[in-house]
Amino acid sequence: MKIHEYQAKRLMAARGIAVPEGRVATTADEAVAAVRPLIEAAGTPVIVVKSQIHAGGRGKGRFKEHPDLAGVTVVTSGLKGGPEATEADVRSLAERMLGSTLETIQTGPEGKIVNRLYVEQGIAIARELYLSVVLDRESGRNLMMASTEGGTEIEEVAAETPEKILRETIDPAVGLADYQARRMGLGLGLTGDALKNGIRFMKALASFASEMDTDLIEINPLVVTEAGEVMALDGKMGFDDNSLYRHADVAELRDETEEDPAELEAKAFGLSFIKLDGSIGCLVNGAGLAMATMDTIKQVGGEPANFLDVGGGATTENVTAAFKIITRDPNVRGIFVNIFGGIMKCDTIANGVVEAVKQVGLEVPLVVRLEGTNVELGKRIIDESGLNVMSATDMKDGAQKIVEATR
Amino acid sequence: MSVLVDKNTRLLVQGLGTAGRFHTDRAIAYGTNVVAGVHPGKGGTHLRFEGETDHSGVPGRPDQYEVDVPMFETVRDAVEATGANASVIYVPPFGAADAILEANDAGLDLIVCITEGIPVQDMVVVKRAMQGSPSRLVGPNCPGVITPHECKIGIMPGYIHQGGRIGVVSRSGTLTYEAVKQLTDVGLGQTTAVGIGGDPVNGTNFVDVLKVFAEDDATEGVIMIGEIGGTAEEDAAAWMAEHLKKPVAGFIAGTTAPPGKRMGHAGAIVSGGKGTAEAKISALTSAGVVMAQTPSDMGAAMLEAMKRAGLS
Repeated sequence: MKIHEYQAKRLMAARGIAVPEGRVATTADEAVAAVRPLIEAAGTPVIVVKSQIHAGGRGKGRFKEHPDLAGVTVVTSGLKGGPEATEADVRSLAERMLGSTLETIQTGPEGKIVNRLYVEQGIAIARELYLSVVLDRESGRNLMMASTEGGTEIEEVAAETPEKILRETIDPAVGLADYQARRMGLGLGLTGDALKNGIRFMKALASFASEMDTDLIEINPLVVTEAGEVMALDGKMGFDDNSLYRHADVAELRDETEEDPAELEAKAFGLSFIKLDGSIGCLVNGAGLAMATMDTIKQVGGEPANFLDVGGGATTENVTAAFKIITRDPNVRGIFVNIFGGIMKCDTIANGVVEAVKQVGLEVPLVVRLEGTNVELGKRIIDESGLNVMSATDMKDGAQKIVEATR
Repeated sequence: MSVLVDKNTRLLVQGLGTAGRFHTDRAIAYGTNVVAGVHPGKGGTHLRFEGETDHSGVPGRPDQYEVDVPMFETVRDAVEATGANASVIYVPPFGAADAILEANDAGLDLIVCITEGIPVQDMVVVKRAMQGSPSRLVGPNCPGVITPHECKIGIMPGYIHQGGRIGVVSRSGTLTYEAVKQLTDVGLGQTTAVGIGGDPVNGTNFVDVLKVFAEDDATEGVIMIGEIGGTAEEDAAAWMAEHLKKPVAGFIAGTTAPPGKRMGHAGAIVSGGKGTAEAKISALTSAGVVMAQTPSDMGAAMLEAMKRAGLS
């Protein structure tokens, strides 16, 4: 699960990790009201207005409705004109940004609607760095990565100057050790107070990652201020969905307007669903088999309309929901149900399919391939339902049948 | 011969909720020697399993079975009382990591964790805690381990298996079944099938299983089923090229999967551009693995690998 920058910063601040002062706004009035308290607290009249969407590249992104307006804009008019000038500029920015569509390198051409702004104090930046914590599958541990190339996408650094990426693997029994944080700080060229603050920042961030179950934290840029402070100027965070049961405070940060409605509905039924562009709907158990089913459909000349793994613990209701989600896609011209029962029983799938067709009807060809636990029972349920179903002997046979039926 | 589990395996089940009870019943019907159960609040009682024997399993049994499995509060108690040497875990995600740690503490040879949805950071801690442990963890989020006609641990359907010549190792549950059924259909059969699970942090990896298959005389060939993400398949390819003299067939799922759906981009950097289906297929092909083009061709690919090795 991803969260917004302002939410990530609140979580970090609550754990003593340095971030700039800021306030969230959903209206222009709220944005303006944030200005004076921020100027007072920070002692600088510079204010930054930041669009809050679940995608990076906001600073370089532009609004479709306002092609010259960046997703993150610095307001410096207060340096000469005082707080009134800042307020006027913030109002004008907020009015244009809120409700408009921001297109960045990560949103795709359709862009994302901005519903929230984060109004933040300006920071006197001395250096911009990069810091992240991700899971390293090879060691089975969290890995902290840092580089001196703050503000640049990490892929770019990895491709062009991989030697500039510093790495420290975190032992879960120890956390990020002092010597590791120090080694990294020195590698980043930090000295004096900045080194001390950097070490504190890195250790706190490493603890945050393991205690809060993040699957990604990316601070880009991590800044060193002219006063030698080290703080997160940006914050991108994703959380392990499987851990949300023990982080109620994080779970409630979910912004459903940022997610695909069909994927969201699927999740509510315990289904793993990803919408694709093809015409053949797939209902499969197991992620590997679901991927292999897509691969096979493509190999026999079709295009999958979705990835859908009903998982191991699905009930008839879950399967019915899955079937409904697939049939709702107007691009779907045929459906392939491919089940190899293990923990999932074939009769559960069969009942779900029959129930769904009863509820929503069936206007496209349907191919069902059942194998595994309770297969005979499952086949009998399908046969006795009177549904117009083609049965398949194996995966390739099923893929060929559904591709032919939709030609 | 076989690896990891056989007719001498004495199985303990941790977590006997609905799913745990269902699959324990299937295992007993198959002929697995289930000697104990551990479930909070059930210690001192017995759980009865009865029904029709699954004759695809251990041969020479009557048509009906009736077994009373003694229940215990802790794994240590269960091991002391019954001499269990392997455990299977059906505990829900929030308690599963602790169940693995408890089984590890009790010194079981083999711990198979079926549970799906364990938080990754829990597994990071488990992996650290099990460093240097004599216990072997298979999973989590896996179908389990089966030696046909001897012992079935996990959720795989028993009837598709047939004792034979091929070791099966897979990251995907349902694709393991595909491979197994095809090996049965082409007459090669299996020595042992091991599902290592699809989670990013798990116990036994491909190389660990390849090593035991390499040393098992009955295993003439190996089929390996991987999927996109991580570098476990590349590591396996490197190891096989150096050490494995037996014929190997393979399949990688996810050639057409949309990239970057699961994790943010910093994750991809860790593996340095590895993890795509193309990279894995190319690494395995270079190591001499016969790759199946579609998942329906896995049996045929194994036959081809055996033929090339003069073993058909």
